[in-house]
Amino acid sequence: MLLRFALKNLTGAGLRTALNVVVLSLVFIAIVTTQGLLEGMNRQASRAMIDAEYGGGQYWSPDFDPYDPLSYSQAQAPLPPKLAEMVERGSAIEELIVQGTVYPVGRVFPVLIRGIDLGQDVLDLPAHTLGDSGAEIPALIGERMARSTGLAKGDSVTLQWRDRNGTFDARDVSIDEVMKTTVQSIDKGQIWVPIEVLRDLTGRHGEATLVVVRQGATAAPEVEDWSFKTVDFLLTDIRNLIMSKTLGSMIVYVILLFLAMLAVFDTQILSIFHRRKEIGTLMAMGLTRRQVTLLFTLEGTLIGVFAAILAFLCGGPALWWLSRVGWRLPETTDSYGFAIGDVLYPYYGPWLVTLTAAILLFVTAGVSYLPARRILRYRATEALRGKML
Amino acid sequence: MKEHTGANGQFIELTGVTKTYPMGEGHIVALDDVSLALQPGEFSGLVGPSGSGKTTLLNIVGSLDEPTSGRAVVLGEDVAQLDEKRAARLRNLHIGFIFQTFNLLPVYSVFENVEFPLLLLRQPAEQRRRAVADALERVGLGDRAASRPHQLSGGQCQRVAIARAIVKNPQIVLADEPTANLDAENSHKVIRIMQDLNRDLGTTFLFSTHDEKVVGYLRRTITLADGRVASDETGSAET
Repeated sequence: MLLRFALKNLTGAGLRTALNVVVLSLVFIAIVTTQGLLEGMNRQASRAMIDAEYGGGQYWSPDFDPYDPLSYSQAQAPLPPKLAEMVERGSAIEELIVQGTVYPVGRVFPVLIRGIDLGQDVLDLPAHTLGDSGAEIPALIGERMARSTGLAKGDSVTLQWRDRNGTFDARDVSIDEVMKTTVQSIDKGQIWVPIEVLRDLTGRHGEATLVVVRQGATAAPEVEDWSFKTVDFLLTDIRNLIMSKTLGSMIVYVILLFLAMLAVFDTQILSIFHRRKEIGTLMAMGLTRRQVTLLFTLEGTLIGVFAAILAFLCGGPALWWLSRVGWRLPETTDSYGFAIGDVLYPYYGPWLVTLTAAILLFVTAGVSYLPARRILRYRATEALRGKML
Repeated sequence: MKEHTGANGQFIELTGVTKTYPMGEGHIVALDDVSLALQPGEFSGLVGPSGSGKTTLLNIVGSLDEPTSGRAVVLGEDVAQLDEKRAARLRNLHIGFIFQTFNLLPVYSVFENVEFPLLLLRQPAEQRRRAVADALERVGLGDRAASRPHQLSGGQCQRVAIARAIVKNPQIVLADEPTANLDAENSHKVIRIMQDLNRDLGTTFLFSTHDEKVVGYLRRTITLADGRVASDETGSAET
């Protein structure tokens, strides 16, 4: 019954309601759009990292610590039988990583030399192109690496490393392929060579730094001294980064929401002020103060409901279209550290839409109740006289 | 036949009712030891100058207010003892209000305004439709059901308010200065409508007024002065 009255009053208020609904729906769309972009960024970056580097998780050799560059000199160990068996079965690939230096056009450029199996299909990495030139030491680099070193496909460059005894050695390597990838961590400062070649060069036969498990492979077994890192663990940094951006953008949402709520609050105050006699009349006709308060709160809350509906009807198709064509990013985005690519595809999951709508409705209801609760203290006789609350 | 009395057999009975309002450090006395009783089917009026306590008395009878001291029993219910919910229920079921400024709900049509009390009573749609149509016919506005209050004259608005007050077939209709905002012709028209309803439906009408035109129609005139009953006269009314 009260809902029916509230609907009637709202539609009767015409332009006042329409303005509030439009403002609130714009806020709703703005929040969902931005959150969708961040969620899209999260999913896109995570997907790219999983496909190109993390797979279904990684086993790290005992002394491997990617956050400690000094650990790379000891971050190799013989492959345990269990992992060797997984590699043999094709449910994982091994990677050997050693530090090195390249000297493009006489400059010194520290790199990580990463050995990978040429026939691997666990990671989205064109390792099969290594050896196309028939060079003794074929190498694969990424576009960013190529840009920063001035190297191109077909070039030769001197590569220096230390073998397992700590002896420096150097040879010329041939750049067989320059790959395009969105994942910077397999590109910048990285040079990929066949793992067996790298083992020969460093004297680390049968050793590896890490083992990447195939996505969807059966549960990883416990391996002594080698620690298994789940995809969730490996993605922690990216998720934290996205979270920090999300929290930063929250400030904007809070301000937007605050302004929209100010409009609702203002409307409620004005509505109660203008309708003092109506409040008294409703009480005279048999509504209790609690019911009248609920009626006004409902009217405010319904503005939120209408806004959500309007946002869904008008913003929905636009957001759906945006999620299809994506958001073309400027070149500079590449320097932000995200593996996003040229186009960001926003993701508007049901949780995002539902949660945003729920928050919006909850806040609208609260803001509507704040001025309306004063009616609880309003006497019908005062209301009928038009006396101020 | 309409139920005219409450559980204790009283219809409207005020005994030593006093109402004071705080004003600054002191208080003002709106009603001072008022005692009176109304019988079912009365067509009575409270007359007196502004500030004499007419509206206060109406509010107490309408359970919108309660006496500071004394006892006000309406349809067997002691107004001072009613909690808000029961007071609202009493008004909802048994009391109709007519106000000086009509107090129609501006966004509702005439039909919806009159229908409103029936919605609160949760009556079925068909029953509501018939009752509203009947009430509007009684006040001569059967053809204005779709109009909005702002499209009506003052007299028509007050007739809608009357229809709204009587649509639920209440036992009591309380009218606070119902003709104060109307011209002479409309005042007479409105009073005659209420007179007819009183006669046809047996509804008790209690007015507050200082309009001489209304006084002429009253069968009982209770004059208030300074919150006290100065006179209580029963006489023949205009027909």
